[in-house]
Parts: sequence; C-alpha cells; structure tokens
Amino acid sequence: MSEKMVHVYFFGKEYLVPENLTIMTAMEYAGYRLVRGCGCRNGFCGACATIYRIKGERALKFALACQTKVEEGMYIATLPFFPLDKQVYDIECVSPKQQIMMQLYPEIYSCVGCNACTKACPQGLKVMQYIACAQRGDFKKCAELSFDCVMCGICSSRCPAEISHPQVALLARRLNGKYLTPKAEHLEERVREINEGQYDSLVAEIMHKDVNDIKAMYDKRDIEK
Amino acid sequence: MYNDETMLASIEKVARNRESNAYFEPKRMTADEKDKVLETYHPDYIKSQFTTLVMGPNKGEKVPLQLADLLEGKSRVLDLDLDLTKVDYECDVLVIGGGGAGSSAAIEADNTGAKVMMVTKLRIGDANTMMAEGGIQAADKANDSPAIHYLDAFGGGHFAAKPELLEKLVMEAPDAISWLNNLGVEFDKDKDGNMITTHGGGTSRKRMHACKDYSGAEIMRTLRDEVQNRGIPVIDFTSAIELIKDENGNCAGAVLLNMETGKILIAKAKTVIIATGGAGRLHYQGFPTSNHYGATADGLILAYRAGAKLLYQDTLQYHPTGAAYPEQIFGALVTEKVRSLGAKLVNCDGEVFMHPLETRDVSAASIIRECKAHNKGIATPTGGQGVWLDTPMIEMKNGDGTIEARIPAMLRMFMKYNIDIRKEPILIYPTLHYQNGGIDIDPTCMSGVKNLYVAGEAVGGIHGRNRLMGNSLLDIIVFGRDAGRNAGNHAKEVEVGNLTLSFVKEFETERKAAGVTCDKLSPQLLPDYARR
Repeated sequence: MSEKMVHVYFFGKEYLVPENLTIMTAMEYAGYRLVRGCGCRNGFCGACATIYRIKGERALKFALACQTKVEEGMYIATLPFFPLDKQVYDIECVSPKQQIMMQLYPEIYSCVGCNACTKACPQGLKVMQYIACAQRGDFKKCAELSFDCVMCGICSSRCPAEISHPQVALLARRLNGKYLTPKAEHLEERVREINEGQYDSLVAEIMHKDVNDIKAMYDKRDIEK
Repeated sequence: MYNDETMLASIEKVARNRESNAYFEPKRMTADEKDKVLETYHPDYIKSQFTTLVMGPNKGEKVPLQLADLLEGKSRVLDLDLDLTKVDYECDVLVIGGGGAGSSAAIEADNTGAKVMMVTKLRIGDANTMMAEGGIQAADKANDSPAIHYLDAFGGGHFAAKPELLEKLVMEAPDAISWLNNLGVEFDKDKDGNMITTHGGGTSRKRMHACKDYSGAEIMRTLRDEVQNRGIPVIDFTSAIELIKDENGNCAGAVLLNMETGKILIAKAKTVIIATGGAGRLHYQGFPTSNHYGATADGLILAYRAGAKLLYQDTLQYHPTGAAYPEQIFGALVTEKVRSLGAKLVNCDGEVFMHPLETRDVSAASIIRECKAHNKGIATPTGGQGVWLDTPMIEMKNGDGTIEARIPAMLRMFMKYNIDIRKEPILIYPTLHYQNGGIDIDPTCMSGVKNLYVAGEAVGGIHGRNRLMGNSLLDIIVFGRDAGRNAGNHAKEVEVGNLTLSFVKEFETERKAAGVTCDKLSPQLLPDYARR
C-alpha cells in the first residue's frame, strides 16, 4: 500500500496526509471530526462542496470533498452551507408556464452569460444552459440537463447575477414530473383496482396459507424473462 | 484506471469471455443451495459477531456486538440537570429524522392539520434515501399484481415478514408511486407515459421503477422541497438523545442536542415519530458501508430504552456490490440496477459463477464464497478482495449510450478515477447496506410505547430477514405517510400529562442489576473517524 504523503492546507493550515485519501478523509486524518460538510459521503447529497487552489496556480477549482482525491499543494476551503434563495409555492396551484419562473426566480433573466456556473459544477452539468432553458420556459430540457444536480450550491456561489440555480432546476423538474410528462395510465388504473378491493382476496389468500405451501409456491413461481 | 498487472491480466480474460458470458443464462440456486451458501458464508451466521442482550425488552435475544453496546449503553441525559417544565419546542407531531420516511410523515401529518416539527441530526435529506440508486417497486403492470409482489418479498425475506405489514407495503405501493409522481418526482417513462420497469434480485416481475440511478435522490429532493413549501419547521443539526414520556407512560417528546453548540433543548409533543434510519456507520463486523454519515441506529436505542421491543435486530443486509476498488470509494454502493440492466458477476478467471439476480443475501454470500472458499477473487491493493461486475455487457446487450442514460451516477463515480465502466468491468465486494430489523410496530405504525410511531429503516418486520431491492424506497413512503397520518390524527385526542424521564433512571438501575459494565454513551450520533 502506497503511503506517499502530500501537503495540503485546510483553511490555510498545513497538514501532511497520505495521497490516496479523499479531501474528506484527509480532513479526518488531520484530526477533524466532521459535523457540517459531511452527509452521504458518496457524492449524492451535496453537503461537502469544496473550493481549492493548487499552490502556485491561478485557477480556482471546485469539487465534492468525498469524491475527490487530495493533491500536493491543495489550498482547501469547504463550503458546508450556501444561502440559496428558495421560493415557496404550492405545486398543486402552479402552472408549468414561463411566467412561473418570472414570478419566482426573476433573477434568471439577469444572467450575463459568463458560464462561471458551468465551469464550477462538480457534477459537470451544463448549468448555464439549463438556466437558459428555464428562461425560455423549456422545463423539460431544463429538467433533463439538471437531473444529476446534488444541490451543493457551488454554481450559485460563483454567479454574478445571484441566481440560485439548484432551486430553479428543482422547480423545473417538479413541473416536468408532475405536469409535462404523460401520466402512467397503467399506474392510475392499478390504484383504482386496488381501491375497489380487486386484490384483497388474492393477497389475503396467500397471507393465510400454511408456510410450507407458500414456500412451494415461491420456489415454483414463474419468472418473467 | 487499472495498473496492477494481475488485475489487468484478469480483465483480459473477462473481456475475452464477455460475449459468451453476456448471453449465457446461469441457473438459479435451489432452495437448499441457497440455505447452504447463507449458513456457510453470510455474515449474519458468524456467531462470534453476535451477543445476547442481558436486559431490556429483547433480553435473551441475539444482536450484533456493536449494537448491544449501544442498546445496553449509558444514557446521555443521566448526568444532566434538566427542567422538563421549561419547554423549548411544543408541537403536535414531533418527527425525528429528516430522510424519506421522516419527510413523508411530516407532509402527511401536516395534511391532517397537526402542528408538525422535524428534528434532524444533520440536514434534511442527509439520509440513506438520498443514496438509494436503483429504484422502487410497485406492481402496476398488467402481468403483475400485489399478490405476486407479496410472494416475491415474503420468499425473499425467508417467510419471516409480518404479514399485515407486508400486505400494507404491496397494496399501497402503486398509490405511493402515484403520490410521488403527483409531487413531481420524475420517473423513467416511455413516450406514452408508461413506467420503464426492470427486475431486481428476487423479483418475478419487472416492477422496479427508477429515476435513472438517482432514484432516491430524486425522491428525497422533491420531498424536501415539499416540506419547505409547506413551511414545516425543520430543526437541523439537532439530534434526539432521549425520548420523554408523560406521567401516564406515553411518549411525549424528546431531549434534543444542538450538534454544533452542545445546547440541550426540550421538545414536547402529543405524538412522536421515529424515522432515524439505519445503522451502517456502526460498521458491523468491520464491513465498509454504503450508508450516510449519520446511520448509527439512534432511533432503535431511544425506543429500546423507552420500552419498545425490537424485531429481527440480528439480521443485516450486505449489499452484494459495494465498490472494492479504487480505495477512495471503498464500500460505496454500486446499484443493483447495473445487474438489472444485464451486467453479470464474473470471477478472476472470467467465469460467470452465479445468476446475477439472486436475492441480496444469497448474492452477497455467494460472492464471499467465490473469494474465500473458491479462491477466485481478485486481490485489491489495500489487502481486500473482490469479483468483477462486467458492466460493458450492458451496452453489448442494450446498445451504446445505455449506461449514460440509465446509470449516469455510476459512470461518473468511476470516471473520477479514470475507470470507464462502458469499457472496463468494476471490482465489487459486499458492503453493509441495510438494517433488516428494527422497532416492532403494529399496522398503525405504533411501537410498543404508546404514542411513539416508527417509519422507514428503523422499523423491523416489514421485510422479514432479507429485503428485496426497491422495497425500501417503497417502505419509507408507504409507512412514512401512514405514520404521519396516524400520528397527526391521533394527536387530536392526546392530552399530555407531566413530562418525565424516570424511565431512564429505571433503565440505569436495571443496567446495574444486570451487571452491564460497558458505559458507552448512547445513542452514538456520529461515527468517529478523526485520527488522533
């Protein structure tokens, strides 16, 4: 096992850590017991947004601490919380039209096209493009482009127009999921059948069988190809 | 990127056999074969990793070592000087836990008109729900029925599920999907709106609904948004460290701890819902885990001390496919959907050694056997082992672009380490994934302690002794909603008496009398990974 060590700087303070660690496990190696800035540890929750710069380089880089290996000379600041603007709405009463964005998130129309959001996204999403879709009221495309968003907020921290991109995208996805995608008729039909009691006796019959009979049924059941 | 020579040589064998392996239909194990591999290789059968409880409602029963220390541990409130007449928060329904079950419960309790409050140790959404990838089951296709769903789940759980809970799970499944879809959850559908469904391990019909491989994340962020839209107060970074009862012995609130400032707060409520999730971060038997940072079984500890009985607390789920390499993602979940889409499990010689869609316990045990008994595993640089999950088969069978469209999170997770799962297989080994057991409840979701409800992974008995893929995202919604409704409605009839923690003192007396010497403070709240 390689034990090569690298120098990293948490909030400016230097630590020597094994090069195989992630930024998150390197913080723990350095002695931090995390409360903030640590959630799923698997790249899904967005709790561990992190900004870093490699010593001697100019570019700022952005990452999820749990999904990124340490490198020599990393100057690291975590961003465990970012004040996104979440507008409140009633999903039953909104309509999936362009106006809803104008009402709730008018700042999206102030986008200056700098693309800093896209460059910063640790998920590699085309953030500026999905904001452009939201501006046009194309919620389907906005939903599609933003689907892998973990809502870490790094994009918003970089935005000169003060847009809360993850919230805009979440609204677009909910509108798309509820109103724009066709309904699953077989699902509604099955819900109706169950409510009418059509499956009550079928399920009750299995429930009240002797366990050996159920075992035999289970072992012999046909499996859809 | 793989650079170890043995690994590369094995990858070549895997590639050489790929085409024949892809179309090969391995036979499924018989009931006897399954029993044998489980008894010999499943971690639940390693006796030295369990102990017998010497006190409390499950006295005399078997539990994992780490859980026993916490269940019989020392309360965090014993040495505190608390004034229970000074209440910091008062509500009708107190929801403890901010995952999918807690959020569903909060929404439905809100619908009853109750005053709801949620407390969560980290943030709302920092939960195993967020990390569920593969999907959610519901029998909503023409060739399927809740009865077939029942049989699959009952058999997969070794015929041990509580029938009345499992009945509820399968009968309310289609409605749960419909409820989520109406909240705006984006399910994978075809152009006509039909749900795209696949198999999971142990299913006999294709009833796995998914949102790519962000199924749980998509559900969780939608539920969180809904909780926020309703203005339900969410007290984050605040854990419950003890339940509070009233003088009549009913649950009536909780002692809370601000995780950042250490301040202790008192919450008084007419009904309480435990939705605290699982226990992966207790690292039973030293396994890595696919669970989120706060999965330390807190709810089980609180309920047990208050007198609630647990069920099947001795059975854990090891997900067959945790990442075994690279070490930065050791133990991370590789969704079962990878196998639903056609990838097979392959040993170091490039041989398919089992059917890819056996139930999780059987699959995990079979992978362990392949490594430990058959010596056909592949060694990892950190001293572990794994077998191949041959992901390139997916596109061989379903066409180019399938992986990016259906499992983008998996593609991204490995691509960060320069492993392109479209072209190279991935190395996997079982990881601690799910707590099959938990707090025993009745069909109204109430535990053995009056006015204390439970939902989600903290419940025991819904799945029996093993859970099928896609039945956990389902149970958090079905039982979360029901717990919320029942707790909200019941709160209207509840009169809370004077608050008391006398049961905690009694528990301590019982601890001493039983000769428990471990003074570990419990619940644990968070794992301690800091190096000292």
